[in-house]
Amino acid sequence: MNWRWDLAWQVLPHLLEATLATLAAAIIGYSIALVGGLVMALGQRTPSRILTVAVRETVEFIRSTPLVLQIFFIFFVGPQFGIRLSPWVAGMIALGLHYSAYMSEVYRGGLEAVPRGQWEAALALNLSTRSTYMRIIIPQAIVPAITGIGNYLVGIIKDTPLLSVIGVAELMHTASSIGAENLRFLEPYTIVGLIFLLISLPASGLTRLFENWLRRKLGMG
Amino acid sequence: MSFWNFLSIYWPRLLSGVVITVELFFLAAALAIVVAVVAGLMKLSSNRAIRWAAIVYIEVFRGTSLLVQLYWIFFVLPLFGLTLEKFNAGFIGLGMNLGAYGAELVRGAIQAVPKGQWEAAYALSMSPARRMWRIVLPQALAIMLPPWGNLLIELLKYSALVALIGATDLMFQVKQINSSTFLSAQAFGAALIIYYILARLLLTPAVRWIEARMRRKLQRG
Repeated sequence: MNWRWDLAWQVLPHLLEATLATLAAAIIGYSIALVGGLVMALGQRTPSRILTVAVRETVEFIRSTPLVLQIFFIFFVGPQFGIRLSPWVAGMIALGLHYSAYMSEVYRGGLEAVPRGQWEAALALNLSTRSTYMRIIIPQAIVPAITGIGNYLVGIIKDTPLLSVIGVAELMHTASSIGAENLRFLEPYTIVGLIFLLISLPASGLTRLFENWLRRKLGMG
Repeated sequence: MSFWNFLSIYWPRLLSGVVITVELFFLAAALAIVVAVVAGLMKLSSNRAIRWAAIVYIEVFRGTSLLVQLYWIFFVLPLFGLTLEKFNAGFIGLGMNLGAYGAELVRGAIQAVPKGQWEAAYALSMSPARRMWRIVLPQALAIMLPPWGNLLIELLKYSALVALIGATDLMFQVKQINSSTFLSAQAFGAALIIYYILARLLLTPAVRWIEARMRRKLQRG
């Protein structure tokens, strides 16, 4: 079967437009995960033993179950209890939560890597818990965590196609509907693959640049 | 409908889904291990063409998303005269995808085997094949086992994607139950729990057990 250039050119603009939706979904999901992961990591460090165990088990649960199933769960279970979520909202919650759990492990590793002396010094200086975390601990915890944090950006981009299952009109969903319309899947799916390659190949290089920039910015060259 | 009622009616379908999921998991894992060793060794080859073939395979499968690959294998390959059953397309897609990640582990682990070991084998005038098989690979195996364990847990979760091309795994069964009964919380909730049990209570301990055993074995030898 031959590659049809006319069809490829015809579908390309639609797919590029959908690429923006894919990137938007990845960025929103990633932003949720950056914050949510920190909350989950700090939630495991409170004096309350019950809270620690509850957060720990939640993180393990989220990490041990498939993302696609979580997407379905959040999208379909809401209406059963009278909460209607649009595909975008449900998708962003699922993606954000899933990656929050992963991100929290990266933060946790970073937090544990901060030397004890830093805590003691902050205590000796009579800093509040809040300033100890915000000014002393978190900036240092981020540095060893940077590589992990960066890798998940690429990971989240590659997981956005899963949002197509609940009808989020990102790249994969758009390609499938174009394919179904023309009854030809060769061109749209191949172009989607190429677009993902074009995003993820430079992405790892870019994350490395960003890591170095952040490291300098935090004064830990 | 209560959750227990739900389970008492639908357990045969859930069970048949679990069986398919487990079969897919083992077939994909076996394929991934073979492909990873071959591609990992190819990437270390001194022959340029062989090295590049491995690089292209690894980057294509790591750089595009698994769902894109599954759709491509299932919907596009038939256009080239290669029609695969849903189940086969599913495990081949999973295995090839995981193999690309595994290849990097194999390459990294082989490179991490101390140079002295290579030199010692050379000094004993072992043939290259024997050196690789008897000296290098066993040590590389010990180095790469923990990350392989994580990959296998990822594999179990990503295996849920084969439902999207119609392979009748656990994900597929609960999706069907959901669309015919609208018991979303029960159906997807049951699947979440089953995946959690498979990953956290069966696969994770199994992986840790193999790691511990392998460590002991290598130390003794």
